[in-house]
Amino acid sequence: MRLTKQHYSRIPMPGKPGTCRLQVKNLGVTLEGESILRDISFQLNCREIVALIGPNGAGKSSLFRSILGQIPYVGSIQFELAGGYPSHPKIGYVPQSPSFDRSCPISVLDFFTAAISRWPVFLPVPAPLREKVTECLSRVHGEALLHKRIGSLSGGELQRVLLALALEPIPQILILDEPLSGVDVGGEHLLLEMLDEIRQKYDLSILFSTHDFSTLRHYADKVILLQQAILKVGTPVEVLQSPEFQAVFHLNLGEEGGKPQ
Amino acid sequence: MSVWYWLVSWLPFEWAAPDTMLFMKNALLAVLVVTPLFGLLSTMVVESRMAFFSDALGHSAFTGMAIGAICGLAAPVGAAVIFSVVIALLFTLVRQKTHMASDTAISVFSSAAVALGIFLSTLGGQSFTKFNNLLIGDILSVAPAEIGLLALILLALVVLWVTSFNQMMLSSVHQALADSRGIQVFWKNFLFTAAIAVVVTITMTWVGLLVINALLVLPGAAARNIARNLPQYHLISVLGGIVCGIGGLMVSYYFGASTGASITLLLALWFFLTLLFKRAR
Repeated sequence: MRLTKQHYSRIPMPGKPGTCRLQVKNLGVTLEGESILRDISFQLNCREIVALIGPNGAGKSSLFRSILGQIPYVGSIQFELAGGYPSHPKIGYVPQSPSFDRSCPISVLDFFTAAISRWPVFLPVPAPLREKVTECLSRVHGEALLHKRIGSLSGGELQRVLLALALEPIPQILILDEPLSGVDVGGEHLLLEMLDEIRQKYDLSILFSTHDFSTLRHYADKVILLQQAILKVGTPVEVLQSPEFQAVFHLNLGEEGGKPQ
Repeated sequence: MSVWYWLVSWLPFEWAAPDTMLFMKNALLAVLVVTPLFGLLSTMVVESRMAFFSDALGHSAFTGMAIGAICGLAAPVGAAVIFSVVIALLFTLVRQKTHMASDTAISVFSSAAVALGIFLSTLGGQSFTKFNNLLIGDILSVAPAEIGLLALILLALVVLWVTSFNQMMLSSVHQALADSRGIQVFWKNFLFTAAIAVVVTITMTWVGLLVINALLVLPGAAARNIARNLPQYHLISVLGGIVCGIGGLMVSYYFGASTGASITLLLALWFFLTLLFKRAR
């Protein structure tokens, strides 16, 4: 059966359908007189991993920022708990990361403590707080990174640290902006496996943007092709093989999908 | 102060003998207050890539002094502090708009500020010499009341650091993350820049404009070479500053040279030592 946008919202996705969902309806964003996004409608269910793809300047970051409430928009963004009760979702956000200077003398512990507590991090971090940070890092299997300097982390390790930060406190929706950029192939799979594990464990939904189409098939439940408006929604295979995808990226990807050169 | 003089009299130096060379003892106490101040600021200056920026702030503080003097204010320092905080606000705005510490923009600001300062202070054929002490600085001229003022500023900075360091640090190393965790990045940047502006303006009389930026940059830059985390970074920065400060004061006493310059030379030496250590590691 071929999925269309209309069908889509009624189809139960992995996890517990209907326990909670984010519903975006007719969203539009205009910045400095320029229309960035228009007529965006989609739904994000609990335990669902949704990938957002589109060329640079397609409005991916703007969509994230409107969901995060950082920029003004028209239309509606609603979040419902189980049973349809409206609520404000707790959102964990993993921003696109700058690369740190290699010799930057900030340890993961310092960085993490600065973000989650009021303890001034130019003083040694007390033991209870250090344990808490270790516990947070263990959610991404990153305990060993505690005393490493952030400048010495690989792209994948840095993403895991930022992911651990976004998981403290545990959110209902996790948004990741290009989490795979600057991450090597091994790191990509590790990170994506981790996202898969996290959504099951903490019953949350995940929305991430990416330019890496090769991994979509294995890890995304749903793919949204965005270019100012939503051009195509569906399973990874459907979107990657759609004429819309080919028109936007000038690519013709086979069954397996692939990575653009 | 008498407690301090008594304490110093135990030191095995000729100037430390009781009831002599009070200016030297004052200067030593001032160094002990000023160097931790700069040591603390220094790590943030280096980490937020504001070395050049802070240099420009120093120059605008000088202009503030000139404006204060020309307005015939009793305390040009007050006018200078206000002026440099305003400049700090402007700089933060420019930095926000251009998204980085564009060295060209800073240079434009800085040279315009200095030119304005020199223009105003030499207006009507005045001699510039009365401003010489601002350029070179003279820590030996520090009075006990002024040391009290410096100590208050140190206290204020420590309070600011304890309450806001985390947010300022996150804002400077990872703006998007700070944003997403609800930190008001602009105001945190401004707060930090204003802190530099106030410290630079007030200490300029004793440290000297030409070397003040060295004090803001070198302790942090040296500590960065060997520190592995933030507590080490700060400890090494502050200790390095204090040791070089005291050493510089001694050097200037025995060689009869400018104290600010002596301290800076020692700090530069310290920086190269740490650099060698980093290479060796």
